[in-house]
Amino acid sequence: MPLSSRHLLGLQGVPREDIQLILDTATTFREVLERPIKKVPTLQGKTIVNLFYESSTRTRISFELAQKRLSADTINFSKSGSSTSKGETFKDTVKNIEAMKVDMIIVRHESAGVPQFLTRISNANIINAGDGRHEHPTQALLDMYSIRERLGKIEGLKVCIVGNIAHSRVALSNIHGLKSMGAEVSLCGPKTMIPKGIESTGVKVIHNIDEAIANNDVLNVLRIQLERKAGSTIPSLREYHNYFGITSERLEKFNRDIVILHPGPINRGVEISSEVADGPYQIILDQVTNGVAVRMAVLYLLGTKN
Amino acid sequence: MKILLKDLQVIDPSSKLNEKMDVLIEDGMITSLGITNSKELKDAKVIELDGKICAPGFYDMHVHFREPGREDEETVISGSNSAAAGGFTGVACMPNTSPDIDSAEVVNLIKERAKNHLVNVDVIGAATLKRSGEALSPIAEMVEAGIVAVTDDGAPIKTASILRSVLEYCQMYNIPVIEHCEEPSFTDGVMNESEISTQLGLPPKPTISEDLIVIRDIITVEYCGGRIHISHISSEKSVELVRQAKKRGLNITAEATPHHFTLTEDSLKTYDTNYKMNPPLRSQKDVEAVIVGLKDGTIDCIASDHAPHSIEEKEMEFIYAPDGVVGLETEVGLALTELYHKKHLTLEQIIEKFAINPRKILGLEIPSIEIGKKANLTIFDPNLVWTVDVSKFKSKSKNSPFDKRLLTGKSVAVINRGQMFYEGEFIKI
Repeated sequence: MPLSSRHLLGLQGVPREDIQLILDTATTFREVLERPIKKVPTLQGKTIVNLFYESSTRTRISFELAQKRLSADTINFSKSGSSTSKGETFKDTVKNIEAMKVDMIIVRHESAGVPQFLTRISNANIINAGDGRHEHPTQALLDMYSIRERLGKIEGLKVCIVGNIAHSRVALSNIHGLKSMGAEVSLCGPKTMIPKGIESTGVKVIHNIDEAIANNDVLNVLRIQLERKAGSTIPSLREYHNYFGITSERLEKFNRDIVILHPGPINRGVEISSEVADGPYQIILDQVTNGVAVRMAVLYLLGTKN
Repeated sequence: MKILLKDLQVIDPSSKLNEKMDVLIEDGMITSLGITNSKELKDAKVIELDGKICAPGFYDMHVHFREPGREDEETVISGSNSAAAGGFTGVACMPNTSPDIDSAEVVNLIKERAKNHLVNVDVIGAATLKRSGEALSPIAEMVEAGIVAVTDDGAPIKTASILRSVLEYCQMYNIPVIEHCEEPSFTDGVMNESEISTQLGLPPKPTISEDLIVIRDIITVEYCGGRIHISHISSEKSVELVRQAKKRGLNITAEATPHHFTLTEDSLKTYDTNYKMNPPLRSQKDVEAVIVGLKDGTIDCIASDHAPHSIEEKEMEFIYAPDGVVGLETEVGLALTELYHKKHLTLEQIIEKFAINPRKILGLEIPSIEIGKKANLTIFDPNLVWTVDVSKFKSKSKNSPFDKRLLTGKSVAVINRGQMFYEGEFIKI
């Protein structure tokens, strides 16, 4: 059974069967990654462009590796900033790249909606690698894969996303994906980091980290950065750590099994203490490994759909 | 030349006229109203207009004509052609050109460009030099050159103290100060703040951004006098604030755009930049409040905020695309479809909001349909069903969110300054 769409723009509205299919396919590719020769010929002859308009290390490397493992030809294009400032427009850049006959475009951009825009100006399969504060679907898929790998299921689990929800592309994709898979999702963070009307996605919002630890099976801890306008949403990283940081003391207080995810890069001593980041509850590096398998699954399912 | 417009329903709210009659125009003047025997007027060009409405010429007090500076997007002439095609005999153009309209020279340039056109092009001067909010523009010199109002449109007048100065200075010339209400610390946003902006991941702009400046302006005008006109009002709270201010007898007026009484933020879901404007499209309850404001007179007039942008500038990543839509050629159709046919406003009220009130606000002579007066008329068919086609626009720019939309009601002809625009052409009459 193929995926219902030829693009992966986000997880909003993606049917449960599609997510299931991606996660199941990823299991097969996960096994490939354990082989001595970690390469399959599945996408031989396909050309994939990684169009990164915003800096990224892990996501770009993960996609590139997934493409190489599937024997696709890959091109990397990185540029930062607005195309309004002198030079070629985004549309012209895309048209030029496409004229070289590419099959898929992986895109990351500072502006929400760019993947949707790409589907209107290009015939390639489009995969969203993060658009503004909108979605980052492959991150949520690898998070779900990792949760399922650790706990054997997603349905019925209680998952809390902790941190700066308002500026996160990971949060929204996780909310849509997890809800679709039957998990119960809540959010925890300072009120200034919770966007207006997020409850409309069917999540509960709390502002007490102890409550989040006490009542959930999984915490997905987001990276905290001081905004351009320092102090405009939280007074300081220190205060954030003291009131919302995940520390061993907090976890031990409740003495219960909990799984901690983090999409990285981690800020030790801010949203998560070093002890927790290296401790028994976290699965942060598993997420990274699984990320390659999940991206292989997405590339394979979209690349062989046409 | 004689021209006989036959079987029109003539509606002129200022003289309480609402009658079926023929209108005879000779050399640009109305010379006869009533039933005419066309056989007796062999030399007249007769145009059958049975069932069409004849009103005083419509006026749009908020257009951006991009000249000087961005003549690739719109010129005074192409914008005026667009106005004529849309049913307008007069417009007031905004000063955020390049250079800004902050000197008598630029005012004269625009007036010179427009001097032979059917459409009267009035000019709104910048309130402050380069619209930067630091120092007053040469307002008196610009008034002498013919400006009808001042504004820093694109932004509100930066500080309350400069606003006060502008209000006091303008009282000497009895011109209004037009305000784009947007509190500057919220300008990062690109759409209305709500659960939809959250779900789309687009930086939000809350309604309080607009409301706070409306409050500031009302309080300032109450303190120091003068007149303030609120541009493109879009939030429920702002409409209520203006309603209360009017009740207190303050000199506050307001306009609403067709997009703010027709569309909601739901349209943003495709990330189509033709729905990106400022103020942004708001929620359903804001749209309803704008309509109520138009009904009860809180909102005095309808204006397009006609904002031409080139295709390459609009076909851009959403957060980088410029704000604004062209509106002159869909405005009358949208008002008739959304306000008249949905029974919110009568035809008389529509005509007041297009022909009478904007001119009152700007202190312009109101054209009346009387024998011996110059013919300044808009003739429209309230029941004509048509489909918007941006490729047919007279405007140089095509950035309309209403392309392919079915509308009921359209301008058929405009007459002004001894010219008529009819069936796509300008005719000397």
